[in-house]
Amino acid sequence: MEESKYTAANFKSDQPVRWCAGCGDHAVLNSLQKAMATLGVAPEKTAVISGIGCSSRLPYYMNTYGFHTIHGRAAAVATGFKVANPEMTVWQVSGDGDGLAIGGNHFIHAVRRNVDLNMLLLNNRIYGLTKGQYSPTSARGFVSKSSPYGTTEDPFIPAELVFGARGNFFARAIDVDLQTSQEVMVAAARHKGASVVEILQNCMIFNNGIHAYVADKEFRAERTIHLRHGEKMLFGKNNEKGLVGDGLLIRAVEIGQDGWTIDDVLVHDAHCPSNFVHQQLAMMDGTELPMAVGVIRDVEAPVYDAEVSRQVEEVRARKGFDSLRAMLLAGDTWTVE
Amino acid sequence: MDNTNERVKSLHQVAVRFSGDSGDGMQLAGNIFTNVSAGMGNSVSTFPDYPAEIRAPQGSLGGVSGFQVSIGAGVHTPGDECDVLVAMNPAALKQNYKFLRKGGVIITDVDSFKPEGLKKAKFETDDAIKELGINAQVVEVPVTTMTKAALADTQMDAKSVLKCRNIFALGLLCWLFDRPLESAQKMLRAKFAKKPAVYEANVKVLRAGYDYGHNIHASVSTYRVETDEIRPGTYTDVKGNEATAYGLIMASEKSGCPLFLGSYPITPATDILHELAKRKDLGVKACQMEDEIAGVCSAIGASFAGDLAVTSTSGPGLALKGEAIGLAVMAELPLVVIDVQRGGPSTGLPTKTEQTDLQQALYGRNGESPLAVVAALSPTDCFTTAFEASRIAIEHMTPVIMLTDAFIGNGSSAWRIPEADEYPEIKPKRVPDELRDTWQPYMRDPRDMARYWAVPGTPGLMHRLGGLEKNAKTGNLSNDPANHEAMVLARREKIQRIADDIPAQEVILDSPEADTLLVGWGGTFGHLYTAAEELNREGHKVALAQFRYINPLPANTADIMRRYKRVIVAELNTGQFADYLQARFPRTRIERINKIQGQPFMVAELVEAVKSIINKK
Repeated sequence: MEESKYTAANFKSDQPVRWCAGCGDHAVLNSLQKAMATLGVAPEKTAVISGIGCSSRLPYYMNTYGFHTIHGRAAAVATGFKVANPEMTVWQVSGDGDGLAIGGNHFIHAVRRNVDLNMLLLNNRIYGLTKGQYSPTSARGFVSKSSPYGTTEDPFIPAELVFGARGNFFARAIDVDLQTSQEVMVAAARHKGASVVEILQNCMIFNNGIHAYVADKEFRAERTIHLRHGEKMLFGKNNEKGLVGDGLLIRAVEIGQDGWTIDDVLVHDAHCPSNFVHQQLAMMDGTELPMAVGVIRDVEAPVYDAEVSRQVEEVRARKGFDSLRAMLLAGDTWTVE
Repeated sequence: MDNTNERVKSLHQVAVRFSGDSGDGMQLAGNIFTNVSAGMGNSVSTFPDYPAEIRAPQGSLGGVSGFQVSIGAGVHTPGDECDVLVAMNPAALKQNYKFLRKGGVIITDVDSFKPEGLKKAKFETDDAIKELGINAQVVEVPVTTMTKAALADTQMDAKSVLKCRNIFALGLLCWLFDRPLESAQKMLRAKFAKKPAVYEANVKVLRAGYDYGHNIHASVSTYRVETDEIRPGTYTDVKGNEATAYGLIMASEKSGCPLFLGSYPITPATDILHELAKRKDLGVKACQMEDEIAGVCSAIGASFAGDLAVTSTSGPGLALKGEAIGLAVMAELPLVVIDVQRGGPSTGLPTKTEQTDLQQALYGRNGESPLAVVAALSPTDCFTTAFEASRIAIEHMTPVIMLTDAFIGNGSSAWRIPEADEYPEIKPKRVPDELRDTWQPYMRDPRDMARYWAVPGTPGLMHRLGGLEKNAKTGNLSNDPANHEAMVLARREKIQRIADDIPAQEVILDSPEADTLLVGWGGTFGHLYTAAEELNREGHKVALAQFRYINPLPANTADIMRRYKRVIVAELNTGQFADYLQARFPRTRIERINKIQGQPFMVAELVEAVKSIINKK
């Protein structure tokens, strides 16, 4: 691969970053700037479009084209932008409230249409900018300022929503795991079509440690599994555990025990058109089965913005007109002398 | 049947109303009749009046669909009343006889006036004409029987045969008004291009209708309708919503900005989406989005990318788009928002016309968020107004709301296809080369206060826009109180300066003796103009100012408002434009004529209302 001529510094704006000290967003910003440097797309060919919320301030810190829009609508703005200029690389940044509550409709439709957007979903399972209300990803019973007795509703699981919307790319990373974050961001950008990257992001102030069960270094090797296409699905400190088939389901086993060998361990196929296994992998939550990070699904499919452009070209080639006047004159007309 | 001595009546104008079940194809018959007439040199104006239900129960009063067209010389409205009413069934007669002029002609399909049909239309006797107390020339035509007979030798099933009844009526009217069958036939061929068998059947039925008229010649008078002296050129028939789409395309050609539409289906605006979706052959990108908000937001994204970006909707959709339009105000991006107004509030009267969104367009957003508002005057004026809305948006870097309405959006007129050089170039406000090194996102052109449009993809001009207030100089986030006030005032001043870039308001039918100014805005032009003409004929000195530019108002508006003894604002709402003008011109005492019935004005009621204000002590 050609060496990129950019470094992360090329993507940094001169604006002071205003997130709380220790916020996971700082890590995501760093990972994104590094991922952009790796990709080598020029800053002027890159746009970052966000909604409203803590994470949606991100475009101001980027030395690219950027648009901090209104609450929930980033995916819709980004869709129009990408259709108008398919040559731009478009990143869309939203939090769980912005993307899955007020903007849920635009989120699922951007995924369904398969618009070529790199959609970063920063999931901290809380509303931070409005100071601590439960979000659509907060667990049932979660106590917050707007749910003092605990919520009485079940959350969305972002991956499940993406697969429900027939998404073709889903990846996950933990904010503090910069390497995996960059890896999945680069993969998302290289994938043509809507690429959803869920980042488990920590809110120090209102929801500190919400992802600690899987994110803490102490447990991470045991409670997460890093999936890579074409590789055995192994996890544990010394890769001593693996995922095997159990009927139609997946289970975790320890290699060398109960007769399980390395040959029994499944190989990850991110390119499989069926999302049946991908969905099972994405639903693993770190309790009975390790939570999956890395690229879980990465499948090629027709891309909306490219298809719109292709159709315009095709129709123009077949029966296009040079001008409005030429088109009108070819219709039903009469002439007055 | 009356036999009149005068066999051929010569008419200046004539109005025909087609009415039937909403599945009877009345809109098609009406449209073809209109196009044929326009092709003969008549000026035309149409008014489709259809129910909100797609298919109410067949034969029921709620399922009646109507289409009125006025043809002749100097036609500006579809006519208050019709001279000829076609009623395909008893329900259509009951719903429409009130639109018939005294002494007019009714043509019925006598085959449908049977007990079953009469009962569905809630008639109590078997003589519908008598029961309604109609005193008119009634021509009872066995339309169903004759249509079946004409198609007896085809293989068509009974249901398909009945679908051709509308074309039999059309054939009869072509004979009655001496319209050439060839052009009607040409339009049928275009309509049924992919169904040759249906086309053949319709042509047979069309001729059968025409011949039927010829054969009963002895008992009915025919009409000769005057034609207009019209400007030479190539003409086509256009609906307001199509003209809007064409105006946007013209603006795209003249600005070099590709055209993007983000929209969501809504009555009565959807035809704009339909037309622009077809215009991929001219390079238009039209996206049907998941909702109204996505419609406007995708357009804002396309505008950021450098396109001429448009969203089309009606009143409820404009309400949903309000927050996003505020973003375009703040980001100072060009955006054209088209509102084809319908009866409100809420779902209201979705297929009917009103002018009740004016104040929503002017003020319906949070914060101080001024933008330009324009309104189209007629179906063909939708072209010019859409072009102007785009020009103002692009050259002044602002969202523009263009108001039309169900009446002019669905109505049609003959339209001269403009020559290539008839409309001016539109100059996008790109960052000038000499400013490249010092440019900041909110740097303004001191002449018109508009900021520059730096298009993504351009090296060296990377910048961030957003809904948060920005520093006037650097474009960075700013909470500074004085800066906010300066930015609010700058955005306001930018809109006010558009007044220097639009034509002066025209006053028509003006004279030194004129003491009364009739004022209207948007789609009521045809009715107000015809009423003003009538008032002048009766000796009243009434001038007319019909406003296309609402915000800002043309610079000479203040002069106009103080020149007349009386100023009367007539509009299809409770006085939204009158209030707007009164607040600006407190010394002018504004009289009002208002109607909120989901229907256009009638010329006669306008004439009476103006006279009663003039005669008031």
